Amino acid sequence: MEYIEMHTHMVSRTTDDYYQMALTGCVAITEPAFWAGFDRTSADGFDTYFQQLTEYEPKRAAKYGIQYYTWLCLNPKEGEDRNLAQEVLWRIPKYLDHPTVLGIGEIGLNRVTRNELKTFEEHVALAIQHNQLILIHTPHLEDKYKGTAIIVDTLLSDARIDPQRVLIDHAEEHTIGMNLEKGFWTGITLYPQTKASPQRAADMIEMYGPERICVNSASDWGPSTPVAIPQFVMEMRRRGHSDDLIRKIVYENPIEFLSQSPKFQLPRRIR
Amino acid sequence: MDFQPGTCPMTVQQLMDEYFIENRAKLLDIAAFLDRLDRGMNQSSSGDFRLKAFREALQVLCSKKPGRVKQIQMVFSDPTEEPLEKLDQKSACGAYDRWKLEEQ
Repeated sequence: MEYIEMHTHMVSRTTDDYYQMALTGCVAITEPAFWAGFDRTSADGFDTYFQQLTEYEPKRAAKYGIQYYTWLCLNPKEGEDRNLAQEVLWRIPKYLDHPTVLGIGEIGLNRVTRNELKTFEEHVALAIQHNQLILIHTPHLEDKYKGTAIIVDTLLSDARIDPQRVLIDHAEEHTIGMNLEKGFWTGITLYPQTKASPQRAADMIEMYGPERICVNSASDWGPSTPVAIPQFVMEMRRRGHSDDLIRKIVYENPIEFLSQSPKFQLPRRIR
Repeated sequence: MDFQPGTCPMTVQQLMDEYFIENRAKLLDIAAFLDRLDRGMNQSSSGDFRLKAFREALQVLCSKKPGRVKQIQMVFSDPTEEPLEKLDQKSACGAYDRWKLEEQ
């Protein structure tokens, strides 16, 4: 089944992963800027990273027939450093006109500190100023519930925010309801150990329905798989769900959300 | 959220036939983990807050009320509402130490 991978970090993956994704039906990718596993020491490092995301990675994906888009930001793991954040925020606008940049992301919170929150609010302001879509990272594990609640409250307190243009990612059983009830799009991340399994993702969709929900792998340098979405498809089929329903979640929903950016084009070969 | 019968398209019998073995294996893994903790050296760390939360989660697991996953997620979650004044550690560890607050 054709699918769109809404959240993956291909800078951390091999070309063989692109091959596996193409073999399993991936037609488009969106890659948010994230933490490299260590803190970058300067804003110049982000410039190099943004060049990799906007110039190098789309060519690598194209070799496998996959359309590639990206999101830019300083990620929440580095959001505590206010000076670095402001230097990076100042550099982002020059990349926003690039044809493969869909918006600002993945922004949000990590340990839910006051500095992280200020950095998050500045990214949101930048997105509003430049009319960009927003992709939100919610914290891990014990920090997820509190962090998601603060993110949702912060976004709703700004009258300029249209929840339909924001996807709040990494939702789990205790946060998916608050994302959807407030009108946001939400993502369920299929990531071993720290996020959701294909089985739990299917359970959440059975209980909440398929509207405004996408699934993704967030595959990166940690234990993760770039073919998590095909595994989710298999789980849904195992339960007897229709291909129409599955296709809505892995293909049509991503298109509906991403098409709010005029830069997003349907994958060429199936347009 | 809808816990009503029928939200999953499989019958209870089909679910048992399809999923029992893999979930039996997961249950045995948890039991083996608890036994391993009993066999571990230096038993002074057996009061680790993560293990306390884990044992609370096991109580929820035995409940007959639906919504067990969400309840367990909340057992492990930070219940406070205000942001931290400054970064205390880079990464989350899987459970919030509620017992530390009680000791203070």
